[in-house]
This record gives sequence, structure tokens and C-alpha cells, in this order.
Amino acid sequence: MTRRSIALVDCNNFYVSCERVFNPALQGKPVAVLSNNDGCVIARSQEVKDLGIKMGVPWFKIQEWAKRHNLIALSSNYTLYADMSNRVMKILSHFSPNQEVYSIDECFLELTGFQHLNLSDYGQRMRATIKQFVGLPVCVGIGASKTLAKLANHLAKKRLAFEGVCDLNVMPPEVLDRLFSEIAVGEVWGVGSRTEKRLAEWGIHTVFDLKKSSPKVLRKQFSVVMERTVRELNGESCISLEEIAPPKEQLMCSRSFGAPIFSLSDLSQAVITYSTRAAEKLRHQKSVAALVYVFIETNRFKEREPQYNSGLLVPLSQPSSDTRLLTGAALAGLKRIYRPGFAYKKAGVMLNELSPAGTQQKELFEDVELQVHSALLMQAIDRINGMMGAGTIKFTGEGLQKKWQPKAERKTPAYTTRIDEIPIAHAIKSN
Amino acid sequence: MSDVQQTLFPVFGARVSAGFPSPADDYIESRIDLNEHLIQHKEATFFLRVRGDSMVQCGILDGDLLVVDRSLPVVVGNIVIAAIDGEFTVKQFAFCEGHPVLKAGNPAYNDILIDPEGDLEIWGVVRWAIHKLWP
Repeated sequence: MTRRSIALVDCNNFYVSCERVFNPALQGKPVAVLSNNDGCVIARSQEVKDLGIKMGVPWFKIQEWAKRHNLIALSSNYTLYADMSNRVMKILSHFSPNQEVYSIDECFLELTGFQHLNLSDYGQRMRATIKQFVGLPVCVGIGASKTLAKLANHLAKKRLAFEGVCDLNVMPPEVLDRLFSEIAVGEVWGVGSRTEKRLAEWGIHTVFDLKKSSPKVLRKQFSVVMERTVRELNGESCISLEEIAPPKEQLMCSRSFGAPIFSLSDLSQAVITYSTRAAEKLRHQKSVAALVYVFIETNRFKEREPQYNSGLLVPLSQPSSDTRLLTGAALAGLKRIYRPGFAYKKAGVMLNELSPAGTQQKELFEDVELQVHSALLMQAIDRINGMMGAGTIKFTGEGLQKKWQPKAERKTPAYTTRIDEIPIAHAIKSN
Repeated sequence: MSDVQQTLFPVFGARVSAGFPSPADDYIESRIDLNEHLIQHKEATFFLRVRGDSMVQCGILDGDLLVVDRSLPVVVGNIVIAAIDGEFTVKQFAFCEGHPVLKAGNPAYNDILIDPEGDLEIWGVVRWAIHKLWP
């Protein structure tokens, strides 16, 4: 069996990089992006990382300190990030017939069968294209499994010698082993800090240690997932590209259809089902989502049939767990990506940028009463569906109205999506 | 260089093979779509608004809407968006005595020399300037 080549393309400091594309004054300065309630730091430029500011730090705690260090803090501008993400994913989709969008700023690309190309050069072309077309820096990691691709991406980012592209498949085993023995096991995809501590008790400290461990023993002591991770580290691809394992901060609901679906209305039905289910899960874990990703796919394995895969990230006017809002966003996205004439095999809805419910900023003109009603209504529906079986009460997904929302104080303009907020090009004497 | 393929839309309607052929079918065309006409690379195209009148001689007026394509290579004579001192500026790209420079449309303004080591960045190439004539 030939070795797989899977790439993980990841945008560097995505939110901050998006802000910098449209405001060159932010270049080279410490910039942080705050969560929706301006509550905590959720994205940092390299300068902010170098200042020792950790991810998730509450803004009020560092506000004074930030002023002294000229740190620029911005409210999150999900409208902008979603548009930039959609552009990046679309451009990257031209580099592989099989793309899996993993989060707002990263996707896997199947490059198996492309090995006749120099994949490092191919990765450099991806980097150069994204940088030129949308101004964003990305790193590319390539490996024989998703876990290795993730690790390669980590190396591409952290080690300047790689110049942003790291292909583990072309490295001799002894070089790989040396490299892996220098990386803490906590950097491996799916190994959290708790697991890292437990692994340490077993004498497993580095990626190399984990790679050399017995999958069977780890399966007994840890889990099937850990066994799979070890196999993946050894170049055996166990997590298929279609099999999406969303990161914790995302919520996914998707399914393959029993029979192919052709019409927009049938696809809408499926999407309504998925977004309703995802919204229930979201409320169950007491979270709200800021972005909704919707995707549709034809059957890739029926090679002679016309193929079409597409997905779109849709920002919400404010983070929500309201089935009506989430479904409305998913359907709006579906309408944009749907093309007639294809036999669709799969559709899905992914909720992104989750945060705990109740902490999001109350907008100035927000109808608080409506929110309370909405929360009560959702609770009631969840309870009825819980008692009477899922789907007893359903949403039609229609009749959603957009509310006008005031801008957050530190929020930058919707540079790419609103005509009255596009950037200014100065035509004045400048020297 | 460009890896982005364009989606081509059929312009002519298909002839109906059954029933009465409509004589109009030969003339059915889709309406002109300005997006298609003005935007060649959807993913790399951005809009900017002009402020100021230093580019009047190049036909770019205060308040004009610029369609900027970042995927295009910069060629001498192009109108470009440059990031200078943290701001976007619209200029003409040129060569002067072997050095790349940015020119204003108004000869009263000095050229800006592009230092390859400096932090001046050509942000994108202006493909269209759209000027509003009727309020």
C-alpha cells in the first residue's frame, strides 16, 4: 500500500492576520482580539505571545498593563473572519480534489497521488497564493496521517528553517525520531494537558516516546483513541478525511443520505434537522455559537458522476443557541452553495466559536425580553422533544428577521461585506 | 500562476428538442452580470473607496469605488494600492531611472521610491474605478 500524503493548512494567528490585511498600521505591533463580550483574549499576534500574554486571559486583568505596552485590543469581527475564511478555503480547494474544512482557519487536503510533484514546493505554492490573493500567512504540514500532518504543521510554524512548509514523508526515519524526541507529547493532536500528565506517569514525555509505545498497552491503559493516535504517529492513517473529529470548540452534526438527494428543498430539510440537533447539543452544554458552517457533498467514490463539494461559514449577528437563528444561518449558507444537477450524498452543519451562554455582551438595542422568551421557548421544546421523542416539535426555519445591531466598541469595520465600511484608499500628498 | 479556475456560465439557452421550438430560444441570453464583468478572481477581489484628488489626472476621483484584484502581477503603468505608513494609498506604479517608484496622478507631487528592504507593500492592482455620475 502506498503511503498517504495528507496536508494540514493552517492560517497563522488567523483573526489578527485578518485585521492586519485591512489595517496596515497594525503590522509589527502587538495586537490581540477579544471574545464577544470583550471578555478575554482569543487571538494574539506573535508580538503579544512574546509579551507573555496567555490565551484566554480576561481582558480586565491586563487592561492597564496593555495600555503601558501599547497593546492594541480589538473586538472580534466574525463577519470579516468568516468572509476571509471562505476565501481561503475556496482557494485551497483548487489544490486538491478532497478538502476537509476542519475549523475556521484550517483544513486538510488529500495529496495522495500528487507525490510526483515536489510536495514541499506545492505547499510553498499554496502559501504564496494565499498570501498574494488574500494577504494571509499560512503554514503547511504534510504527513502520512492526519495526526502527522498536524504535527508537521506545528513544526512548520515553530521552526523557521522549514519556511512554513514541513513534509514529514520525505524525512529519513532517524531524522524524524530526533525531531519527535524534541517535541513534548502534549503537542500531539488529541493529547490534552490531563492526558499529558497521565502519559508522563508512564514515562511518555515526548512525541518519540509515544510513537514507540505499544498501541495495545495504551489502548488498555488509556483508550481506543490513544491507540489510534500511536498508529497514526507511525504513519498508519486511521482517521479518514471524511471522518470529522471536530475540536472541542466546535459542534458538528452531519450524515450521509441513504439515497442521493437532488433538490434544494430536500437538502434544506436535512440541514434543518442537523442544525436543530446541533442547537440542542449546544444548549445542552450551555453554550452559544458565533458562526455556522454548512456543507454539502456528492459521492466522491462514484468517480464517473459529476462532483461538487462546497461549504460556507455564516456569521451570526450575535452568538446564540436559538434554533431559529442557527437554522436560518445554515439555510442562508445552503442557498448560496447549492448547485442544481448533482446527486448529493452528504450534508452537515458545524457550529463554531462556541462560548459559555450568558457571558456574551448584551447589545445596546437588544430585546432582552425576546432573549428570555427565546431561552424559555427552547427549553420547553427540548423538554417536549426529550419526553415525546426527538422531532416532536420542529422548526420550519422560515420567518427569520434580521435585527439591526450596533457595533461593538473595539470592532473594526466589515471591510469586505458592507459597501459603506470598505477601506479608504488615500489619494493625497503623502510626502 | 493562478490556480483558481473560473466558473463559466452558459450564455445561450439550450435549444428545446421536443414540442414547438420557440423562435426566441436562439436569442435568449443571460443578462449582463456586472460581477462577472468587473471581477475576474472572486476570492482575490476587494473594494476600496478613494479619498482625495491626487489621482484625478489618471481618471480617479474623490469618492470613486475601486475594484482591486490582488491576484494580478504588478506591471508598469498599473494603478495600485500601496500600504504606506500604515495607510492605503492609490498610486501609479512606474520605473524611474531603473528604480521602481509610485507616482501620483498630479505631477506636482514627488514620486515615492520603492525600497525593496522597506516596509512599503503593494497591496493590490486596481482593475476598475467606478465613478458615480447621478446622485
